[in-house]
Amino acid sequence: MAGKESVIVHGMWASPYSKRVELAFKVKGIPYEYVEEDFKNKTPELLKYNPVHKKIPVLVHNGKPIAESLVILEYIEEVWKDCPQLLPNDPYEKAQVRFWVDFINQKFTDIMMTIIKTKGEVQEKALSQVHELIKVLDEGIKIFFPDGNPTFEVKNLGLLDIIASTVFCSFSATEEVIGAKIIDPEKTPLLYSWVKALGEHPLVMEIIIPHEKLVSILGPWRQSFINPPPSQS
Amino acid sequence: MEEVKLLGFWPSPFVYRVIWALKLKDVQFDYIEEDLSNKSELLLRYNPVLKKVPVLIHGGKAIAESLVILEYIEETWPQNPLLPKDPHEKALARFWIQFGLEKMRPIHQAYFPAIGEEREKAAKQYQEVLKIVEDQCLGDQRFFGGETIGMVDIVYGMLAYWFECMEEAVGVKVIEPSILPRLHAWVNNFKQVSVIKDNLPHHGKLLAYYKTLREKLVSARSTLPTPSNHDAS
Repeated sequence: MAGKESVIVHGMWASPYSKRVELAFKVKGIPYEYVEEDFKNKTPELLKYNPVHKKIPVLVHNGKPIAESLVILEYIEEVWKDCPQLLPNDPYEKAQVRFWVDFINQKFTDIMMTIIKTKGEVQEKALSQVHELIKVLDEGIKIFFPDGNPTFEVKNLGLLDIIASTVFCSFSATEEVIGAKIIDPEKTPLLYSWVKALGEHPLVMEIIIPHEKLVSILGPWRQSFINPPPSQS
Repeated sequence: MEEVKLLGFWPSPFVYRVIWALKLKDVQFDYIEEDLSNKSELLLRYNPVLKKVPVLIHGGKAIAESLVILEYIEETWPQNPLLPKDPHEKALARFWIQFGLEKMRPIHQAYFPAIGEEREKAAKQYQEVLKIVEDQCLGDQRFFGGETIGMVDIVYGMLAYWFECMEEAVGVKVIEPSILPRLHAWVNNFKQVSVIKDNLPHHGKLLAYYKTLREKLVSARSTLPTPSNHDAS
Protein backbone atom coordinates (compact mmCIF):
# COMPACT_ATOMS: atom_id res chain seq x y z
CA MET A 1 0.00 0.00 0.00
CA ALA A 2 1.55 3.30 -1.13
CA GLY A 3 1.68 6.31 1.15
CA LYS A 4 0.65 6.57 4.78
CA GLU A 5 -2.41 4.69 5.97
CA SER A 6 -5.16 6.51 7.80
CA VAL A 7 -6.65 4.46 10.63
CA ILE A 8 -9.17 6.26 12.82
CA VAL A 9 -11.32 4.72 15.56
CA HIS A 10 -14.40 6.63 16.75
CA GLY A 11 -15.14 5.36 20.23
CA MET A 12 -16.31 6.16 23.72
CA TRP A 13 -14.30 5.59 26.89
CA ALA A 14 -17.04 3.59 28.66
CA SER A 15 -18.08 1.41 25.74
CA PRO A 16 -16.86 -2.19 25.76
CA TYR A 17 -17.61 -2.31 22.02
CA SER A 18 -15.11 0.38 21.12
CA LYS A 19 -12.59 -1.13 23.58
CA ARG A 20 -12.69 -4.31 21.49
CA VAL A 21 -11.56 -2.46 18.40
CA GLU A 22 -8.76 -0.68 20.29
CA LEU A 23 -7.63 -3.96 21.83
CA ALA A 24 -7.56 -5.68 18.43
CA PHE A 25 -5.27 -2.95 17.04
CA LYS A 26 -3.03 -3.19 20.10
CA VAL A 27 -2.77 -6.98 19.75
CA LYS A 28 -1.85 -6.59 16.09
CA GLY A 29 0.54 -3.75 16.84
CA ILE A 30 -1.19 -1.37 14.44
CA PRO A 31 -1.11 2.33 15.38
CA TYR A 32 -4.45 4.17 15.18
CA GLU A 33 -5.89 7.58 15.80
CA TYR A 34 -8.66 7.72 18.39
CA VAL A 35 -11.60 10.11 18.40
CA GLU A 36 -13.61 10.25 21.62
CA GLU A 37 -17.31 10.71 20.88
CA ASP A 38 -19.74 12.46 23.15
CA PHE A 39 -23.19 10.86 22.78
CA LYS A 40 -24.92 14.17 23.41
CA ASN A 41 -22.80 15.92 20.81
CA LYS A 42 -21.81 13.46 18.08
CA THR A 43 -19.17 14.59 15.60
CA PRO A 44 -20.31 15.21 12.01
CA GLU A 45 -17.85 12.48 10.96
CA LEU A 46 -19.65 9.88 13.07
CA LEU A 47 -23.01 10.85 11.61
CA LYS A 48 -21.52 10.70 8.11
CA TYR A 49 -19.71 7.40 8.60
CA ASN A 50 -22.46 5.53 10.44
CA PRO A 51 -25.69 7.08 9.17
CA VAL A 52 -27.68 3.90 9.82
CA HIS A 53 -27.03 3.52 13.55
CA LYS A 54 -25.13 6.72 14.44
CA LYS A 55 -23.25 4.61 17.01
CA ILE A 56 -19.69 3.87 17.95
CA PRO A 57 -17.40 2.12 17.32
CA VAL A 58 -16.70 3.11 13.74
CA LEU A 59 -13.39 2.36 12.07
CA VAL A 60 -12.44 4.70 9.24
CA HIS A 61 -9.66 3.13 7.17
CA ASN A 62 -8.27 5.35 4.42
CA GLY A 63 -11.56 7.23 4.39
CA LYS A 64 -13.78 4.12 4.22
CA PRO A 65 -16.03 3.48 7.22
CA ILE A 66 -16.83 0.15 8.85
CA ALA A 67 -19.36 -0.14 11.69
CA GLU A 68 -20.43 -2.90 14.16
CA SER A 69 -17.70 -4.11 16.48
CA LEU A 70 -17.58 -7.76 15.34
CA VAL A 71 -17.65 -6.75 11.67
CA ILE A 72 -14.79 -4.34 12.36
CA LEU A 73 -12.74 -7.07 14.08
CA GLU A 74 -13.19 -9.46 11.14
CA TYR A 75 -12.13 -6.63 8.81
CA ILE A 76 -9.02 -5.87 10.88
CA GLU A 77 -8.07 -9.53 10.78
CA GLU A 78 -8.40 -9.65 6.99
CA VAL A 79 -6.63 -6.44 6.15
CA TRP A 80 -3.64 -6.58 8.49
CA LYS A 81 -2.07 -9.95 7.86
CA ASP A 82 1.66 -9.53 8.65
CA CYS A 83 1.09 -9.46 12.39
CA PRO A 84 -0.42 -11.59 15.18
CA GLN A 85 -3.56 -13.43 14.03
CA LEU A 86 -6.84 -13.13 15.88
CA LEU A 87 -8.42 -16.22 14.33
CA PRO A 88 -7.11 -19.75 13.71
CA ASN A 89 -6.39 -20.74 10.08
CA ASP A 90 -8.40 -23.95 10.12
CA PRO A 91 -12.04 -23.26 9.06
CA TYR A 92 -13.48 -25.63 11.68
CA GLU A 93 -11.46 -24.11 14.52
CA LYS A 94 -12.43 -20.67 13.23
CA ALA A 95 -16.10 -21.70 13.32
CA GLN A 96 -15.72 -22.83 16.95
CA VAL A 97 -14.27 -19.44 17.89
CA ARG A 98 -17.03 -17.59 16.03
CA PHE A 99 -19.72 -19.72 17.71
CA TRP A 100 -18.50 -18.80 21.21
CA VAL A 101 -17.83 -15.17 20.25
CA ASP A 102 -21.46 -15.04 19.13
CA PHE A 103 -22.62 -16.72 22.33
CA ILE A 104 -20.74 -14.30 24.58
CA ASN A 105 -21.69 -11.28 22.48
CA GLN A 106 -25.42 -12.03 22.38
CA LYS A 107 -26.30 -13.75 25.63
CA PHE A 108 -24.94 -11.53 28.38
CA THR A 109 -25.64 -7.86 27.63
CA ASP A 110 -29.37 -7.72 28.37
CA ILE A 111 -29.25 -10.03 31.35
CA MET A 112 -26.40 -8.06 32.97
CA MET A 113 -28.38 -4.84 32.48
CA THR A 114 -31.29 -6.43 34.35
CA ILE A 115 -29.00 -7.58 37.15
CA ILE A 116 -27.50 -4.11 37.65
CA LYS A 117 -30.80 -2.24 37.35
CA THR A 118 -33.01 -4.40 39.57
CA LYS A 119 -33.26 -5.99 42.99
CA GLY A 120 -35.29 -8.67 44.79
CA GLU A 121 -37.06 -11.39 42.82
CA VAL A 122 -36.41 -9.88 39.37
CA GLN A 123 -32.70 -9.72 40.08
CA GLU A 124 -32.70 -13.22 41.61
CA LYS A 125 -34.26 -14.66 38.48
CA ALA A 126 -31.77 -12.86 36.22
CA LEU A 127 -28.87 -14.02 38.39
CA SER A 128 -30.01 -17.60 38.15
CA GLN A 129 -30.22 -17.26 34.35
CA VAL A 130 -26.74 -15.79 34.09
CA HIS A 131 -25.33 -18.55 36.31
CA GLU A 132 -26.74 -21.10 33.85
CA LEU A 133 -25.06 -19.28 30.96
CA ILE A 134 -21.77 -19.13 32.85
CA LYS A 135 -21.94 -22.88 33.46
CA VAL A 136 -22.57 -23.58 29.77
CA LEU A 137 -19.69 -21.29 28.80
CA ASP A 138 -17.30 -22.86 31.32
CA GLU A 139 -18.07 -26.25 29.78
CA GLY A 140 -17.86 -24.93 26.22
CA ILE A 141 -14.45 -23.28 26.51
CA LYS A 142 -12.81 -26.55 27.53
CA ILE A 143 -12.11 -27.17 23.83
CA PHE A 144 -9.85 -24.11 23.82
CA PHE A 145 -7.93 -25.19 26.90
CA PRO A 146 -7.31 -28.91 26.34
CA ASP A 147 -4.91 -29.10 29.28
CA GLY A 148 -7.67 -27.75 31.51
CA ASN A 149 -5.01 -26.23 33.68
CA PRO A 150 -6.61 -23.57 35.85
CA THR A 151 -3.37 -21.63 36.14
CA PHE A 152 -2.23 -20.56 32.70
CA GLU A 153 -0.93 -17.52 30.93
CA VAL A 154 -2.87 -15.90 28.16
CA LYS A 155 -0.03 -15.13 25.82
CA ASN A 156 -1.31 -14.09 22.42
CA LEU A 157 -4.80 -12.70 22.57
CA GLY A 158 -7.22 -13.94 19.93
CA LEU A 159 -10.71 -12.86 18.93
CA LEU A 160 -12.37 -14.86 21.70
CA ASP A 161 -10.01 -13.41 24.33
CA ILE A 162 -10.74 -9.90 23.07
CA ILE A 163 -14.52 -10.35 23.27
CA ALA A 164 -14.33 -12.11 26.64
CA SER A 165 -12.10 -9.35 28.09
CA THR A 166 -14.50 -6.61 27.11
CA VAL A 167 -17.53 -8.50 28.40
CA PHE A 168 -16.30 -10.30 31.53
CA CYS A 169 -13.49 -8.21 33.01
CA SER A 170 -16.05 -5.71 34.28
CA PHE A 171 -18.00 -8.41 36.12
CA SER A 172 -15.92 -8.16 39.32
CA ALA A 173 -16.98 -4.53 39.68
CA THR A 174 -20.62 -5.53 39.15
CA GLU A 175 -20.21 -8.31 41.72
CA GLU A 176 -18.94 -5.80 44.26
CA VAL A 177 -21.79 -3.36 43.56
CA ILE A 178 -24.60 -5.93 43.77
CA GLY A 179 -22.99 -8.00 46.53
CA ALA A 180 -23.24 -11.33 44.71
CA LYS A 181 -20.93 -13.54 42.67
CA ILE A 182 -21.44 -14.02 38.95
CA ILE A 183 -18.34 -16.00 38.00
CA ASP A 184 -17.66 -18.32 40.94
CA PRO A 185 -14.07 -19.63 41.17
CA GLU A 186 -15.28 -22.85 42.74
CA LYS A 187 -18.23 -23.62 40.47
CA THR A 188 -16.62 -22.54 37.19
CA PRO A 189 -12.85 -22.60 37.83
CA LEU A 190 -11.76 -22.63 34.19
CA LEU A 191 -13.80 -19.58 33.19
CA TYR A 192 -12.78 -17.79 36.39
CA SER A 193 -9.05 -18.41 35.77
CA TRP A 194 -9.34 -17.37 32.15
CA VAL A 195 -11.10 -14.09 32.95
CA LYS A 196 -8.62 -13.38 35.75
CA ALA A 197 -5.65 -14.03 33.42
CA LEU A 198 -7.26 -11.79 30.78
CA GLY A 199 -7.69 -9.00 33.30
CA GLU A 200 -4.00 -9.19 34.16
CA HIS A 201 -2.79 -9.14 30.54
CA PRO A 202 -0.86 -5.90 29.89
CA LEU A 203 -2.77 -4.99 26.71
CA VAL A 204 -6.16 -5.61 28.33
CA MET A 205 -5.08 -3.49 31.29
CA GLU A 206 -4.37 -0.65 28.85
CA ILE A 207 -8.00 -0.48 27.75
CA ILE A 208 -10.33 -1.65 30.50
CA ILE A 209 -11.74 0.74 33.08
CA PRO A 210 -9.90 0.09 36.37
CA HIS A 211 -11.93 -1.81 38.99
CA GLU A 212 -12.23 1.01 41.54
CA LYS A 213 -13.29 3.54 38.94
CA LEU A 214 -15.90 1.17 37.52
CA VAL A 215 -17.29 0.48 41.01
CA SER A 216 -17.55 4.23 41.64
CA ILE A 217 -19.58 4.60 38.43
CA LEU A 218 -21.75 1.49 38.66
CA GLY A 219 -22.72 2.04 42.28
CA PRO A 220 -24.55 5.36 41.84
CA TRP A 221 -25.86 4.24 38.41
CA ARG A 222 -27.47 1.19 40.00
CA GLN A 223 -28.92 3.36 42.75
CA SER A 224 -30.52 5.65 40.18
CA PHE A 225 -32.63 2.68 39.03
CA ILE A 226 -33.42 0.91 42.28
CA ASN A 227 -33.89 4.06 44.38
CA PRO A 228 -34.74 6.84 41.95
CA PRO A 229 -34.91 10.32 43.50
CA PRO A 230 -38.53 11.46 44.16
CA SER A 231 -38.39 14.13 41.41
CA GLN A 232 -37.91 11.47 38.70
CA SER A 233 -40.80 9.31 37.53
CA MET B 1 -14.53 -35.48 -0.09
CA GLU B 2 -15.57 -35.90 3.52
CA GLU B 3 -19.20 -36.57 4.30
CA VAL B 4 -21.50 -33.58 4.76
CA LYS B 5 -24.74 -33.86 6.73
CA LEU B 6 -27.27 -31.18 7.60
CA LEU B 7 -29.65 -31.49 10.52
CA GLY B 8 -32.72 -29.43 9.75
CA PHE B 9 -36.38 -28.69 10.35
CA TRP B 10 -38.57 -28.30 7.25
CA PRO B 11 -40.24 -24.88 7.99
CA SER B 12 -37.06 -23.19 9.20
CA PRO B 13 -35.72 -20.31 7.06
CA PHE B 14 -32.41 -20.59 8.96
CA VAL B 15 -32.00 -24.18 7.76
CA TYR B 16 -32.76 -23.10 4.20
CA ARG B 17 -29.92 -20.55 4.33
CA VAL B 18 -27.54 -23.48 4.70
CA ILE B 19 -29.29 -25.60 2.04
CA TRP B 20 -29.04 -22.76 -0.48
CA ALA B 21 -25.37 -22.08 0.29
CA LEU B 22 -24.44 -25.75 -0.14
CA LYS B 23 -26.46 -26.06 -3.36
CA LEU B 24 -25.04 -22.84 -4.83
CA LYS B 25 -21.57 -24.27 -4.28
CA ASP B 26 -22.57 -27.69 -5.61
CA VAL B 27 -21.70 -29.47 -2.36
CA GLN B 28 -23.30 -32.90 -1.94
CA PHE B 29 -24.90 -33.43 1.45
CA ASP B 30 -27.33 -35.66 3.32
CA TYR B 31 -30.29 -33.89 4.84
CA ILE B 32 -31.65 -35.23 8.11
CA GLU B 33 -35.05 -33.97 9.27
CA GLU B 34 -35.28 -33.34 13.00
CA ASP B 35 -38.45 -33.72 15.03
CA LEU B 36 -37.94 -30.78 17.36
CA SER B 37 -40.62 -32.05 19.74
CA ASN B 38 -38.51 -35.19 20.17
CA LYS B 39 -34.88 -34.20 19.63
CA SER B 40 -32.64 -36.91 18.29
CA GLU B 41 -29.53 -38.20 19.99
CA LEU B 42 -27.66 -36.87 16.95
CA LEU B 43 -28.85 -33.29 17.53
CA LEU B 44 -28.16 -33.39 21.26
CA ARG B 45 -24.69 -34.76 20.59
CA TYR B 46 -23.78 -32.32 17.86
CA ASN B 47 -25.33 -29.17 19.32
CA PRO B 48 -25.34 -29.77 23.06
CA VAL B 49 -25.11 -26.06 23.86
CA LEU B 50 -28.16 -24.73 22.06
CA LYS B 51 -29.92 -27.94 20.90
CA LYS B 52 -31.11 -26.13 17.77
CA VAL B 53 -31.04 -26.59 14.03
CA PRO B 54 -29.42 -26.04 11.57
CA VAL B 55 -26.31 -28.07 12.44
CA LEU B 56 -23.76 -28.85 9.73
CA ILE B 57 -21.68 -31.97 10.24
CA HIS B 58 -18.59 -32.16 8.04
CA GLY B 59 -16.31 -35.16 8.39
CA GLY B 60 -17.86 -35.82 11.79
CA LYS B 61 -17.26 -32.28 13.08
CA ALA B 62 -20.31 -30.18 13.95
CA ILE B 63 -20.89 -26.48 13.34
CA ALA B 64 -23.96 -24.71 14.72
CA GLU B 65 -25.58 -21.25 14.26
CA SER B 66 -26.62 -20.49 10.68
CA LEU B 67 -24.38 -17.42 10.23
CA VAL B 68 -21.33 -19.28 11.58
CA ILE B 69 -22.18 -22.19 9.26
CA LEU B 70 -22.44 -19.84 6.24
CA GLU B 71 -18.98 -18.39 6.93
CA TYR B 72 -17.61 -21.95 7.31
CA ILE B 73 -19.16 -23.02 4.00
CA GLU B 74 -17.75 -19.93 2.27
CA GLU B 75 -14.23 -20.75 3.46
CA THR B 76 -14.32 -24.49 3.01
CA TRP B 77 -15.83 -24.43 -0.50
CA PRO B 78 -14.59 -21.18 -2.10
CA GLN B 79 -16.23 -21.83 -5.52
CA ASN B 80 -19.11 -19.48 -6.36
CA PRO B 81 -18.23 -17.03 -3.60
CA LEU B 82 -21.13 -15.62 -1.59
CA LEU B 83 -19.18 -12.74 -0.08
CA PRO B 84 -17.32 -9.98 -1.97
CA LYS B 85 -13.56 -10.36 -2.24
CA ASP B 86 -12.76 -6.77 -1.29
CA PRO B 87 -12.44 -6.54 2.53
CA HIS B 88 -14.43 -3.31 2.75
CA GLU B 89 -17.25 -4.66 0.57
CA LYS B 90 -17.20 -7.85 2.64
CA ALA B 91 -17.47 -5.78 5.82
CA LEU B 92 -20.50 -3.96 4.37
CA ALA B 93 -22.19 -7.29 3.59
CA ARG B 94 -21.54 -8.48 7.14
CA PHE B 95 -22.82 -5.14 8.50
CA TRP B 96 -26.18 -5.66 6.79
CA ILE B 97 -26.34 -9.24 8.01
CA GLN B 98 -25.85 -7.94 11.59
CA PHE B 99 -28.43 -5.21 10.94
CA GLY B 100 -31.01 -7.85 10.07
CA LEU B 101 -30.16 -9.76 13.23
CA GLU B 102 -30.18 -6.77 15.58
CA LYS B 103 -32.86 -4.48 14.21
CA MET B 104 -35.35 -6.81 12.60
CA ARG B 105 -35.61 -9.51 15.23
CA PRO B 106 -37.30 -7.46 17.98
CA ILE B 107 -39.67 -5.89 15.46
CA HIS B 108 -40.52 -9.31 14.06
CA GLN B 109 -41.17 -10.61 17.56
CA ALA B 110 -43.63 -7.74 18.05
CA TYR B 111 -45.27 -8.19 14.62
CA PHE B 112 -45.89 -11.93 14.41
CA PRO B 113 -48.05 -12.36 17.55
CA ALA B 114 -49.65 -8.91 17.24
CA ILE B 115 -53.43 -8.64 17.48
CA GLY B 116 -55.94 -5.93 16.63
CA GLU B 117 -54.48 -2.47 16.12
CA GLU B 118 -51.05 -3.58 17.28
CA ARG B 119 -50.68 -5.25 13.91
CA GLU B 120 -50.79 -2.01 11.93
CA LYS B 121 -48.38 -0.36 14.35
CA ALA B 122 -45.94 -3.28 14.18
CA ALA B 123 -46.24 -3.43 10.38
CA LYS B 124 -45.38 0.25 10.16
CA GLN B 125 -42.27 -0.23 12.35
CA TYR B 126 -41.26 -3.15 10.17
CA GLN B 127 -41.68 -1.02 7.04
CA GLU B 128 -39.47 1.74 8.51
CA VAL B 129 -36.64 -0.70 9.13
CA LEU B 130 -37.08 -2.39 5.76
CA LYS B 131 -37.01 1.03 4.07
CA ILE B 132 -33.49 1.52 5.43
CA VAL B 133 -32.47 -1.87 4.02
CA GLU B 134 -34.13 -1.05 0.69
CA ASP B 135 -32.51 2.38 0.38
CA GLN B 136 -29.07 1.77 1.76
CA CYS B 137 -28.35 -1.88 1.10
CA LEU B 138 -30.36 -2.92 -1.95
CA GLY B 139 -30.46 0.45 -3.71
CA ASP B 140 -31.06 -0.01 -7.44
CA GLN B 141 -29.43 -3.44 -7.54
CA ARG B 142 -31.29 -6.52 -8.62
CA PHE B 143 -30.00 -8.45 -5.63
CA PHE B 144 -28.21 -7.51 -2.40
CA GLY B 145 -25.20 -9.27 -3.89
CA GLY B 146 -25.40 -7.21 -7.11
CA GLU B 147 -26.14 -9.04 -10.35
CA THR B 148 -26.21 -12.44 -8.63
CA ILE B 149 -27.33 -13.49 -5.16
CA GLY B 150 -24.86 -13.48 -2.30
CA MET B 151 -24.80 -14.11 1.42
CA VAL B 152 -26.93 -11.06 2.25
CA ASP B 153 -29.68 -12.30 -0.10
CA ILE B 154 -29.51 -15.74 1.50
CA VAL B 155 -29.74 -14.31 5.01
CA TYR B 156 -32.67 -12.04 4.07
CA GLY B 157 -34.28 -14.93 2.19
CA MET B 158 -36.91 -15.35 4.90
CA LEU B 159 -38.50 -12.10 3.65
CA ALA B 160 -38.91 -13.51 0.15
CA TYR B 161 -41.06 -16.56 0.93
CA TRP B 162 -41.68 -17.33 4.59
CA PHE B 163 -42.74 -13.78 5.24
CA GLU B 164 -45.72 -13.96 2.84
CA CYS B 165 -47.11 -16.82 4.91
CA MET B 166 -46.54 -14.86 8.11
CA GLU B 167 -48.22 -11.78 6.62
CA GLU B 168 -51.21 -13.90 5.71
CA ALA B 169 -51.36 -15.40 9.20
CA VAL B 170 -51.15 -11.95 10.82
CA GLY B 171 -53.57 -10.41 8.30
CA VAL B 172 -51.60 -7.19 7.73
CA LYS B 173 -49.14 -6.88 4.84
CA VAL B 174 -45.71 -5.31 5.30
CA ILE B 175 -43.92 -5.60 1.96
CA GLU B 176 -46.39 -3.49 -0.04
CA PRO B 177 -45.23 -2.66 -3.58
CA SER B 178 -46.36 0.94 -3.12
CA ILE B 179 -44.27 1.39 0.05
CA LEU B 180 -41.28 -0.88 -0.61
CA PRO B 181 -41.17 -1.17 -4.42
CA ARG B 182 -37.57 -2.29 -4.80
CA LEU B 183 -37.75 -4.82 -1.96
CA HIS B 184 -40.99 -6.13 -3.43
CA ALA B 185 -39.21 -6.57 -6.78
CA TRP B 186 -36.31 -8.30 -5.01
CA VAL B 187 -38.74 -10.78 -3.44
CA ASN B 188 -39.94 -11.83 -6.90
CA ASN B 189 -36.44 -11.89 -8.42
CA PHE B 190 -35.04 -13.92 -5.54
CA LYS B 191 -37.73 -16.58 -5.77
CA GLN B 192 -36.98 -16.99 -9.49
CA VAL B 193 -33.33 -17.90 -8.97
CA SER B 194 -33.24 -21.61 -9.86
CA VAL B 195 -31.42 -22.85 -6.73
CA ILE B 196 -33.93 -20.95 -4.59
CA LYS B 197 -37.00 -21.92 -6.63
CA ASP B 198 -36.06 -25.58 -6.44
CA ASN B 199 -35.40 -25.46 -2.70
CA LEU B 200 -38.36 -24.04 -0.85
CA PRO B 201 -40.78 -25.69 1.58
CA HIS B 202 -44.32 -26.46 0.46
CA HIS B 203 -46.32 -23.22 0.54
CA GLY B 204 -49.58 -24.71 1.84
CA LYS B 205 -47.85 -26.63 4.59
CA LEU B 206 -45.82 -23.57 5.58
CA LEU B 207 -48.91 -21.37 5.76
CA ALA B 208 -50.66 -23.91 7.98
CA TYR B 209 -47.56 -24.16 10.16
CA TYR B 210 -47.38 -20.39 10.70
CA LYS B 211 -51.11 -20.08 11.34
CA THR B 212 -50.86 -22.72 14.07
CA LEU B 213 -47.70 -21.19 15.50
CA ARG B 214 -49.28 -17.74 15.60
CA GLU B 215 -52.38 -19.09 17.36
CA LYS B 216 -50.15 -20.63 20.04
CA LEU B 217 -48.20 -17.39 20.49
CA VAL B 218 -51.33 -15.24 20.65
CA SER B 219 -52.96 -17.48 23.26
CA ALA B 220 -49.74 -17.57 25.30
CA ARG B 221 -49.53 -13.77 25.32
CA SER B 222 -49.95 -13.49 29.08
CA THR B 223 -46.55 -15.22 29.49
CA LEU B 224 -43.38 -14.95 27.42
CA PRO B 225 -43.64 -16.34 23.83
CA THR B 226 -42.49 -19.93 23.24
CA PRO B 227 -38.77 -19.89 22.31
CA SER B 228 -38.08 -21.12 18.82
CA ASN B 229 -36.28 -24.43 18.35
CA HIS B 230 -34.62 -23.29 15.17
CA ASP B 231 -31.91 -20.77 15.60
CA ALA B 232 -32.60 -17.13 15.07
CA SER B 233 -29.10 -16.11 14.06
